[in-house]
Amino acid sequence: MNMLSTFWTTVPITLQIVIQILAIVLPLSLAVAYLTLAERKVIGYIQARIGPNRVGPRGWLQPIADGIKLLMKEVIIPSGASRALFIIGPILSLAPALIAWAVIPFDNTLVLADINAGLLYIMAVTSMGVYGVIIAGWASNSKYAFLGAMRCAAQIVSYEIAMGFALVGVLLAAGSLNLGDIVRAQTGSLAHWFWLPLLPLFLIYFIAGVAETNRAPFDVAEGESEIVAGFHVEYSGMTFAVFFLAEYANMILVSALAALMFLGGWLSPFQGIPLLQGLFAWVPGIVWLLLKISVLLFLFLWFRATFPRYRYDQIMRLGWKVFIPITIVWLLAVGVAVLYKLPWWFD
Amino acid sequence: MKTIINYIKSLFLWELLKGLKLTGSYLFGKKITVQYPEEKTPMSPRFRGLHALRRYPNGEERCIACKLCEAVCPAACITIESEQRADGTRRTTRYDIDLFKCIYCGFCEESCPVDAIVETRIFEYHFEQRGDNIITKDKLLEIGDRNEKQIAADRATDARFR
Amino acid sequence: MEHIIFYIFSAILVLSALMVITVRNPVHAALFLVLAFFTSAALWLLLEAEFLALTLVLVYVGAVMVLFLFVVMMLDINLTVLREGFASYLPVGALIATLILIEMALVVGSKNFGLDSVAAPVPHAAGYSNTQALGNVLYTVYVYPFEIAGVILLVAIIGAITLTLRRRPQAKYQDPSQQVLVRREDRVRIIKMPSEKKRGKT
Repeated sequence: MNMLSTFWTTVPITLQIVIQILAIVLPLSLAVAYLTLAERKVIGYIQARIGPNRVGPRGWLQPIADGIKLLMKEVIIPSGASRALFIIGPILSLAPALIAWAVIPFDNTLVLADINAGLLYIMAVTSMGVYGVIIAGWASNSKYAFLGAMRCAAQIVSYEIAMGFALVGVLLAAGSLNLGDIVRAQTGSLAHWFWLPLLPLFLIYFIAGVAETNRAPFDVAEGESEIVAGFHVEYSGMTFAVFFLAEYANMILVSALAALMFLGGWLSPFQGIPLLQGLFAWVPGIVWLLLKISVLLFLFLWFRATFPRYRYDQIMRLGWKVFIPITIVWLLAVGVAVLYKLPWWFD
Repeated sequence: MKTIINYIKSLFLWELLKGLKLTGSYLFGKKITVQYPEEKTPMSPRFRGLHALRRYPNGEERCIACKLCEAVCPAACITIESEQRADGTRRTTRYDIDLFKCIYCGFCEESCPVDAIVETRIFEYHFEQRGDNIITKDKLLEIGDRNEKQIAADRATDARFR
Repeated sequence: MEHIIFYIFSAILVLSALMVITVRNPVHAALFLVLAFFTSAALWLLLEAEFLALTLVLVYVGAVMVLFLFVVMMLDINLTVLREGFASYLPVGALIATLILIEMALVVGSKNFGLDSVAAPVPHAAGYSNTQALGNVLYTVYVYPFEIAGVILLVAIIGAITLTLRRRPQAKYQDPSQQVLVRREDRVRIIKMPSEKKRGKT
């Protein structure tokens, strides 16, 4: 171990960073691949089916088979399409989902870039994800793709406001923009985590997150029954796979952020409980974080299996007339609570 | 009062939670998937699959070329030509079914006065060449010969209802 | 290292700014403007102004330009019609352009800038937080200008909404907030009735 750390310091700093990035991105891609399998399995189980179980033992190799299939397929670029933008579109939708992970702390010390404006960075980066969809929709030169892109842009811009307000509540409560500090501000016990004092904001953040990632029941941007496949009708093969990856990477990102900001990140849920705390003290923090992310991801899948798609005007009403007023009211409440140092959470 | 309760319910996503509870209960419920090539669903004796022409126990083909099936076929997929044989009976020289046109309605089987054309339980078949979809008299008779036992048993169980 | 990064980003910024005004397609122009915003945010990051950089990305790239693209994509701009009056507008345009150029030269000439008049920024310690520094100044020294700016923006929002909000009584549209209030009890009535009696065997 000691030798390993001394060896690590001899590695040039650029190479160190590259290795660290790979250490995040590679497991993330694997997680994305297996999230697709998990989704098919969970939705299958909810629909009284058993899901894919043919490729490999119990279907474990299904994502790999899917990936190979999509790699082998031809990338078709429509004749009227804007070629360069058509290729840039999927890349632009995947890139923000990956670079946001730079500031995600996995542990008390385990973070790629421990910057003070972490939350702001997250908001800035995630707000760029919409470009991939808009560019893809416009470059496809197809009316369905364009309609999907328009719907998606309007929806994401609307829900970003509610999401931003929810994040403002978090930084008000934690008194910091640094994600590590936000988690540390939740130390104490399960009831100290921000989900309890910020319950409305937590719900709104998660629902807005579902809307931002264009997942059911907010998937009007691709709404199969209305506009074929929305912004990615014209995409095939690898370019389609990149969109697919981006959607799932965004899901994981939103879940990770919700876990960090509202569910105490890497903190153990048994903290503060006399007996259990000691019993589970050996579990590393990253395991708790991954468990929380998995639970939230399961919620994503559960939502998709349960709710029918929202109508477009209802989505807009929910975003502007319900979520934004609730967040503003709760921001006031949190502000007052912080000002008067409400015991238990903000003292 | 009622509006207040409704308001609180909608604020706490009551109806959504009810929906989630319902789907969540199915998550742990019994799965009804049939693992197809290994497991198969039970099949009715009236199943209408691939066609076959039957013979009498003495080896004589049943079809008398009355062309009722050709007339009744809604998809017009049956083509029959016939001539008189040396012993004075009429038999088909050609009995083609275009399986691309066939809708497996079973009218041919019902219209047949001598139970010659039948639909069997066979449903797993494919064509490899263009033209294989038109199934000739020889092939139909061969299918009948091969599956006579099953066909006869199915007719016997269903005889009560005919 | 920092110099190399600076020059790379500056080159991209200048090039994309040039492309904004030279490319034919308005959507491409808007996308180049996005790139220009993004690279200038990167330059601000080099100046340790991470709050401004991230806000630039968040506000301009993430929101303003999306709406801009939204509008530009919907327009079917006919370029030949646009280019028709080019010659007649040229003298006025050229005059204004030279005027702006002279003004800019007066303000951003090497006389006012450069290392003689403005000292080179000293790199801050690792713990320095630009966000915190800005916040401290904004809510103490500049609290009134800040609040006044906020009020002006609020007035602008309300003004924009009142200008665009018009109710047309003859137009028929659905009100989703009324629709979601509907309960099952309002629409469905479950009636208990005895099942039909068997009328003997037929």
